[in-house]
Amino acid sequence: MSSWPILSLVTFLPLAGALFCMVVNGPKEVVDRNCRSAALITSLVTFLLSLTLWTQFDIAKPGFQFEEKLAWIPSLNIGYHMGIDGISLFFVLLSTLLTPICVLSSWDAVKVRVREYMIAFLVLETFMVGMFCALDLALFYVFFEGVLIPMFLIIGVWGGQRRVYAAFKFFLYTLLGSVLMLLAIIAIYWQLGTSDLPTAFEKLNLPFRWQFWLWLAFFASFAVKVPMWPVHTWLPDAHVEAPTAGSVILAGVLLKMGGYGFIRFSVPLFPEATQYFAPLIFGLSVVAVIYTSLVALVQEDMKKLIAYSSVAHMGFVTIGIYVMNMQAVQGSIFQMLSHGIVSAALFLCVGVVYDRMHTREIAAYGGLVHRMPRYAFVFMFFTLASVGLPGLSGFVGEFLVLVGTFKANTWVAFLAATALITGAAYALWLYRKIIFGELTKDSLKAILDMNRREVAVFLPLVLITLWMGIYPASFLDPMAPAVDKLIGDYNAAIKLAHTASAKP
Amino acid sequence: MPIGLESWTLARPEIFLAASTALLLVYGVLRGEGSASFVAVATTIALLVTAVLIFVPYREGTAFASLFVVDRLTGTMKVLMLVGAAIAIPMSRAYFERVQSWRFEYPLLVALSALGMMLMISANDLMSLYVGLELQSLALYVIAAFQRDTVRSTEAGVKYFVLGSVASGMLLFGASLIYGFCGGTAFVQISRALIDGKAGELGTVIGLVFVVAGLAFKIAAVPFHMWTPDVYEGAPTPVTAFFAVAPKIAAISLTVSVLMGPFKPLFPQWQQIIVVVSVLSMALGAFAAIGQPNIKRLMAYSSIGNVGYILLGVASGSEKGIQAMVFYLAIYLVMTLGTFAIILMMQRRNVMVENISDLAGLGRTQPMMAFAMLLFMFSLAGIPPLAGFWAKLYVFMAAIEARLFWPAVLGVLASVVASYYYLRIVKVMYFDEPTEALDRTAFGVTRAVAFAAALIVAVFSLAPQPLSLVAAAAAKGLFP
Repeated sequence: MSSWPILSLVTFLPLAGALFCMVVNGPKEVVDRNCRSAALITSLVTFLLSLTLWTQFDIAKPGFQFEEKLAWIPSLNIGYHMGIDGISLFFVLLSTLLTPICVLSSWDAVKVRVREYMIAFLVLETFMVGMFCALDLALFYVFFEGVLIPMFLIIGVWGGQRRVYAAFKFFLYTLLGSVLMLLAIIAIYWQLGTSDLPTAFEKLNLPFRWQFWLWLAFFASFAVKVPMWPVHTWLPDAHVEAPTAGSVILAGVLLKMGGYGFIRFSVPLFPEATQYFAPLIFGLSVVAVIYTSLVALVQEDMKKLIAYSSVAHMGFVTIGIYVMNMQAVQGSIFQMLSHGIVSAALFLCVGVVYDRMHTREIAAYGGLVHRMPRYAFVFMFFTLASVGLPGLSGFVGEFLVLVGTFKANTWVAFLAATALITGAAYALWLYRKIIFGELTKDSLKAILDMNRREVAVFLPLVLITLWMGIYPASFLDPMAPAVDKLIGDYNAAIKLAHTASAKP
Repeated sequence: MPIGLESWTLARPEIFLAASTALLLVYGVLRGEGSASFVAVATTIALLVTAVLIFVPYREGTAFASLFVVDRLTGTMKVLMLVGAAIAIPMSRAYFERVQSWRFEYPLLVALSALGMMLMISANDLMSLYVGLELQSLALYVIAAFQRDTVRSTEAGVKYFVLGSVASGMLLFGASLIYGFCGGTAFVQISRALIDGKAGELGTVIGLVFVVAGLAFKIAAVPFHMWTPDVYEGAPTPVTAFFAVAPKIAAISLTVSVLMGPFKPLFPQWQQIIVVVSVLSMALGAFAAIGQPNIKRLMAYSSIGNVGYILLGVASGSEKGIQAMVFYLAIYLVMTLGTFAIILMMQRRNVMVENISDLAGLGRTQPMMAFAMLLFMFSLAGIPPLAGFWAKLYVFMAAIEARLFWPAVLGVLASVVASYYYLRIVKVMYFDEPTEALDRTAFGVTRAVAFAAALIVAVFSLAPQPLSLVAAAAAKGLFP
């Protein structure tokens, strides 16, 4: 393996771009142009660099790879420990892929304070990638929570009408969840004497009473992030008010932090509590899936509709994680990746027409297919991917989750599956309203189809969606050993707890 | 008991500061009004030299018939306090020159109060404690009213004086009870009486409650915080900056040395009091600041909240808790000085403004200043990776280890509420449209302080280890 600290490089390279943006000087146009290019170049280089992670990744190993370990605060036993396994690998790639796409998509859309905008996105990328790589609880928390600062600014400065309300709601909601997790992290640290995560996997053995409370504290944080019903209400507001690229990152990566957190922390650290709370998760997720799908049906705002559909799709993810068998967990992770691409693309689709018409109201559109054939195709493609058309990425994740869930609990699988029908209903309804029909509105008569830059934004997403749908093995194989180990360790821990309680 | 040479060596920083203040006072009186700038510079240097003298060469022990104690904890606290005082003096100059109150007495009063604080920190006897406290307080009353032509400043001085005297009275009353029930004023005597069971415990506890109430007044902890917002708002801004750091450090250090020293045997009794005071302070600091339009009042409530977090560390009564306290105070010092440096730069058409709404659109009109303020606000809210997060982390680590679970939960919840008003300042600076822009201040000490503090807050995460070691070493002073 290369001796380069490649994970740190991927994590902190965007900061170099941010630093450049901070010091660049000159007339406004020049600064704006330089900052845009700098952000695009840095994020592209970061993406290419992160691809080497994939190529050099040993798919046979279940453990952590590319590990880096430095003493950070030796007096407290808090270390700078980075590393990825098959699960986190793709989340890192997702983050590094979406950042250049965001930069490119806001090339013309963002005209005010371009410098700060680009800095915020690059800093955000550092926090996101760092969060997926962190193998130390304290380090993880720093990245996890650090995300709030740039995201708060992105929503608040470049957002829509009610941006202030949305930014505050987003910040306070997520902070409230996270601070409880911080206490849980401290409690684990207190038990263990270190905040190193692999050590915690090996040595942490908490009595059930402790697992109960700590699981709830972690749940408070991740459930808000996912978001699960009933703490999802920040999401529609944040999505609607955020600028397009902000929505893309929110839907594409930030929501995944919750699901990733469940897999990385809640399940392996608190196996007994995981088993104990699984019915709660199923209940909340089924409610989320059904309720938010129905809510999505009556939305008048495009972004709000997609936001509610995100909650429904993430409901599948949480069900899959807590079923804890191979198909369901793999399906959950796959669903997160697929949703990361597809919902990001859908928000970009909304952004395309929003940039032209400056409204997100569904009623303001109709008949776009006559003027924008390319756009109609792309929108159709991602609508179908979101609905779960076989051959596209959305199908694989949902199918695996449902198969896995069916083995564990037929009723949960049945109720969750209703979302496939309602999901198709609202997605196709949205598509029909916007794209088909007669082009009657005067304001739309001169609308232009996607330009080259926009095509360049969508092309990679289309290709990846196809790839994930046609040959999911490229993604499922690297994560298989890690998921296998996760489930194996979980079952062993449960068995141990049962034998321990059987003979006191 | 004869006073040996050892005593004089241990007290040499205090002696140096007292002597140089006296000399500068004579100089100022002889030269008159024109000497203010020289005296200010000289006092700053004297304060910094005093800070250096504490650790070069380092000695520890008790002096003057154990009225006075020097160890690593007192040394560290003194250095923090002196640094705060030394920075506060040059930061004040521009302000006082503008209001035509730049007099040589100001730096000298700051130095005298610093001397009082050093005595407080090193107090090892209820008598020396009181002497130090009064020296500090009297100097502070005067500088609160230093802008004597304005009603607000004099009002702040009078309020501070009246309420401060009540606090001193309570403290004295408590001390006399303790003296009566323990048979001595020296910390060692009290401690021995308590350990041997010779002290009347009930009377001592009542005395202790009065002493804690008096000290809570000085550190502005709930329910003895009422003076803080008024004094912070009324006092000249540079004085407020000074109030927010140096006396806090000294009074908290004094609280710790009283509680963890002679009254260690009564830990279960006083822990309850401190926990309640701490939780109430955190909650009040969070809720009361929400509606404040004035940024100095807001910072007053913020300081009340911060004291709550520090007291949570103290309440854990462990070595970790003391480490957390030192760590928190050091970071609090940086954040607060930085924030007040920004507040001092808030002027429009040469008039100081202090409403939060005056910051509107600062992100566009003065990006660097707004960015620094943004860092301070997120840091005060305790968001990683900024320095304030580590301070809170340390405190909560100590609290969890001491099994103070519910206070810790309430503490983090209060921090979420508090983050609302810190965010509000960010919102005003970045989300709101600019109104009339603030003046661009020339590069000066204030600007340098703001940027240095912002830099420390921003990059602190790269190396939290050194400060962590300093805090650990300081805590060893109480846990040898």
